[in-house]
Amino acid sequence: MEANQILFIAIALLTVLSAAVVAFSNKIIHSAFALLATFTGFAMLYVYLSADYLAVTQIIIYVGGILILIIFGVLMTHKIYSTTKKTAHNSILVSLLGGVLAAGLILFIISLNPWAANIAKDFSPTTAVIGKEILTNYLLPFEIISVLLLGALIGAIFIARQEDKEK
Amino acid sequence: MIQLNSFLIISAIVFSLGLFTVIYKKNAVGILMGVELILNSVNLNFIAFSKYVDVHINGQLVAIFIIVLAAAEAAIALAIILNIYRDRANIDVTQLDEMKH
Repeated sequence: MEANQILFIAIALLTVLSAAVVAFSNKIIHSAFALLATFTGFAMLYVYLSADYLAVTQIIIYVGGILILIIFGVLMTHKIYSTTKKTAHNSILVSLLGGVLAAGLILFIISLNPWAANIAKDFSPTTAVIGKEILTNYLLPFEIISVLLLGALIGAIFIARQEDKEK
Repeated sequence: MIQLNSFLIISAIVFSLGLFTVIYKKNAVGILMGVELILNSVNLNFIAFSKYVDVHINGQLVAIFIIVLAAAEAAIALAIILNIYRDRANIDVTQLDEMKH
């Protein structure tokens, strides 16, 4: 077994196990920090798929942006279970049933399909190709998503601001 | 040999864990984490198919748009959650049922 494959298995285990910690942890802050390992593991898997631009984007946006937002949300809303009379989770049996059913269905489909013949692509930098594609073939989705991002920005500010006149 | 199937299996496991998280957690921020897991596993699928099946890199371009959507979704969801918390001092999704009837 080559060092390449051992590293791949280690990264896959890191990703899956930290995702399991996110799912099964009792404290929401532990889930938030396990999400850091999951996002980083996904970035390393993207490197294995020779998606260099997306690996860096994953770290910048998910780890640097979304995870910070989530930890912010956890820390600002952490006092909800101080009374300890409410359980923090739904029934684990129903949840496990849903998860196992989804996993079985997807794995069944994966085992069923002979996927198209593998193309042996050499590694080549993708940033220039992505830039060219975004401004030619993907111009309409790019413009739409710019407007959506602007709308989300304004909407988030509008929803989260304090209503001063009611006080 | 690292094949397409290994990425698909990792993605399937993480997707199921994300779905489990969405059902299992009562905390709204925990549900948001489950949604992020699901979106990440979908991205991994797109990029794996983009390497092993597609001649071009269309999968990576779709993954970029999914990342932007995930960022917008997280920002809006946390704004709503913080607003609910300010209003009710509670973000347990089983308690927030006044719009149900």
